[in-house]
Amino acid sequence: MIVELGHYALVLTFALTLIQSTVPLWGAVREDDRLMAIAPPVSIAMFFLVLISFAALTIAYVTSDFSVVNVWENSHSAKPMLFKITGVWGNHEGSLLLWVLILVFFGALVAYFGSNMPSPLRAATLAVQGWVTAGFVLFMLATSNPFNRIPSAPIEGNDLNPILQDIGLAIHPPLLYVGYVGFSITFSFAVAALILGRIDAAWARWVRPWTLLAWAFLTLGIAMGSYWAYYELGWGGWWFWDPVENASFMPWLAGTALLHSAIVMEKRDALKVWTVLLAIFTFSLSLLGTFLVRSGVLTSVHAFATDPARGVFILVLLCLFIGGSLSLYAWRAPLLKQGGLFSPISREGALVLNNLFLSAATAAVLVGTLYPLALDAITGEKISVGEPFFNLTFGPLMVPLLMAIPFGPVLAWKRGDLLAAAERLYAGFGIAILAVLFTFWLWGMERVLAPIGVGLGVWVMAGAICEIWTRVKPREVGLKRAFERLKGLPGAAWGTATAHFGVGVTVLGIVTASAFQDEYVQTMKPGDTVNLSGYAVTFDGVAPRRGANFIEDVGHFTVRQSGVVIAEMEPSKRLYTARQFPTTEAGIHTVGFSQIYLSMGEGRPNGAIDVRVYFKPLVTLIWIGCVIMAIGAVFSMADRRLRVGAPKPSAKRSPQPSATPAE
Amino acid sequence: MAVALGLILFALSDQIVFFQSPTDIAEKGVPEGQRIRLGGLVEEGTVVRSDNAQVSFKVTDTVNAVAVTYQGILPDLFREGQGIVAEGQIGTDGVFVADTVLAKHDENYIPKEVAEALKDKGHWQGEE
Repeated sequence: MIVELGHYALVLTFALTLIQSTVPLWGAVREDDRLMAIAPPVSIAMFFLVLISFAALTIAYVTSDFSVVNVWENSHSAKPMLFKITGVWGNHEGSLLLWVLILVFFGALVAYFGSNMPSPLRAATLAVQGWVTAGFVLFMLATSNPFNRIPSAPIEGNDLNPILQDIGLAIHPPLLYVGYVGFSITFSFAVAALILGRIDAAWARWVRPWTLLAWAFLTLGIAMGSYWAYYELGWGGWWFWDPVENASFMPWLAGTALLHSAIVMEKRDALKVWTVLLAIFTFSLSLLGTFLVRSGVLTSVHAFATDPARGVFILVLLCLFIGGSLSLYAWRAPLLKQGGLFSPISREGALVLNNLFLSAATAAVLVGTLYPLALDAITGEKISVGEPFFNLTFGPLMVPLLMAIPFGPVLAWKRGDLLAAAERLYAGFGIAILAVLFTFWLWGMERVLAPIGVGLGVWVMAGAICEIWTRVKPREVGLKRAFERLKGLPGAAWGTATAHFGVGVTVLGIVTASAFQDEYVQTMKPGDTVNLSGYAVTFDGVAPRRGANFIEDVGHFTVRQSGVVIAEMEPSKRLYTARQFPTTEAGIHTVGFSQIYLSMGEGRPNGAIDVRVYFKPLVTLIWIGCVIMAIGAVFSMADRRLRVGAPKPSAKRSPQPSATPAE
Repeated sequence: MAVALGLILFALSDQIVFFQSPTDIAEKGVPEGQRIRLGGLVEEGTVVRSDNAQVSFKVTDTVNAVAVTYQGILPDLFREGQGIVAEGQIGTDGVFVADTVLAKHDENYIPKEVAEALKDKGHWQGEE
């Protein structure tokens, strides 16, 4: 009964999307207030309907209702409650329902908070959002209905894929989806602006909080997925340039570019056409990501069960949305007037540089991800484009970008002075050079690139601190006054500095963890000890243990540093009984920002076992940096000039307390 | 932009790895030292483990088979009869030295036989 209710709510949602995608838009074009006024209540109604639908599926999972195909395929009565709930989106149909739920949630937010927007813009935006929702709800109803029943209900379910039974992966998809789908709002805004043929700095101010929100969640989602792969897959790697990873990384790159170009548009009324195009691209890449992951094209090489109808359906949706919006862009973009001239050496110039590099990097990842698929489709030849390709293309693009990051925020708008900017940064540059020398001293001269990489990371971090420092000027004004200034800095300034600092932290983590990791692969007998990076790791033995829905062999290892026991680690090999599915649980011990990582392979009859031990220096900085970036986005969002739902801000609010040339 | 494009094209021409089946290798051969991806099933009864975490096994497409050696921890889903992809190069002795062995990891993963059993019987209740 409840399940049917959920299904019915979804069908009803589809009916509403049809109203939503047409009536308000007609109203916006005709400037008919009554037609436009339909959009917000319909948005909110859709949100509640999908919420009912989602709740119905969740109840089916919680009560282990195996008469629902989806529950039977992906759940098990012995599964812990947490994973019964997260299992709702641990599969194709359920994750799509979550996708749609977030989509309509964002629509409802715009409807609720958007009262200060001009009503044609709001109506048109919600209408475009309605198209996207219509497409996805139809997709679900036609090919991926989570509410399908089995005539005779089985007694027990198939269990969720065990590698997904993990708290990390439980929250990874929602974070990622909020990111993906958040960009749909930016997309809807862009398309609405194109339809109405009007766009101005205020548009950018409405769009930026949404972009920031989406970007922050996408950052966290990617970081979460990366950390999950790191500890759950047992390979010790945190990024594989796997197409599925690239699928989330491309919208992130484009979204980062969008964030920056929207600043130029908001402050200087320039780069309008480009910003609109980026908004379209970013969401298109999100859709492409969904397509790649959901259609099964990526797994075709491995011949796993997929449903071609789904792939074709998403492909059609993809073509409609991307093709349609780009055609609209080609037709309407000339209407958008450009404004705000600037010289190449200026804040705008720096942001354009940022956009160029980020777009080129996006293109590189796109080519690397799609080329094998295209080649397979056209010639049938199967190739793989792996890490070397991305290192060779993506790496060189990032280096100049990272070098330029600290310059951006200290350059003045319109016309900047590179020399004056450099003066603000000399301290940061000094620290970076010291970091390079220190790395050489610590690890010797064998590796040249790695210390430079370390320097680059430190440079970006130090640059962010320099920026805040020069805004506050504690030496000139004294500590007390400096503290007041610090408090008075606008949220956006804090956001920029924090996010940039986070980038530096991540870069530092990536460089040290990849270049200076110590790895050891060996068959160990009980009592054997391996030494790496100053730690002695002793294998004590293996013992069986029983979990809720799995049995496991737990290895016991003792870690000593100069003879003193500092940790005991218990990596294990699990067998999930329902699916007879083995997994490796890595043992991880964190020392400062570094980690010792242990994973076990196959056991031998004599009690020996294959062991892989890593020492990964500063590896946690990779994810900590991502969290810092996301915090930066939150600071930026909290800027009163951008606050969602705040009364319409006056164009140039609050002159800044500090006498920087920046604002 | 032009530099980036050049970089991408250069990297593409140089850094792609071709996917080949044991039959491809048997028929066309692979130049020594060229990296390839070898895909197929792990032949039943060929997996031999020795010390130093060394593993050797054969990858087959049921017509031809290629001997593979690998040092390291194999993925959880590595089993005899299971489909895998190994990346590496062929040595002078004709043995494929893998530096990476992949078995698929994602939530779409359903063992093929299980998927078939599902369709045949309409339900599935474990391995027995």
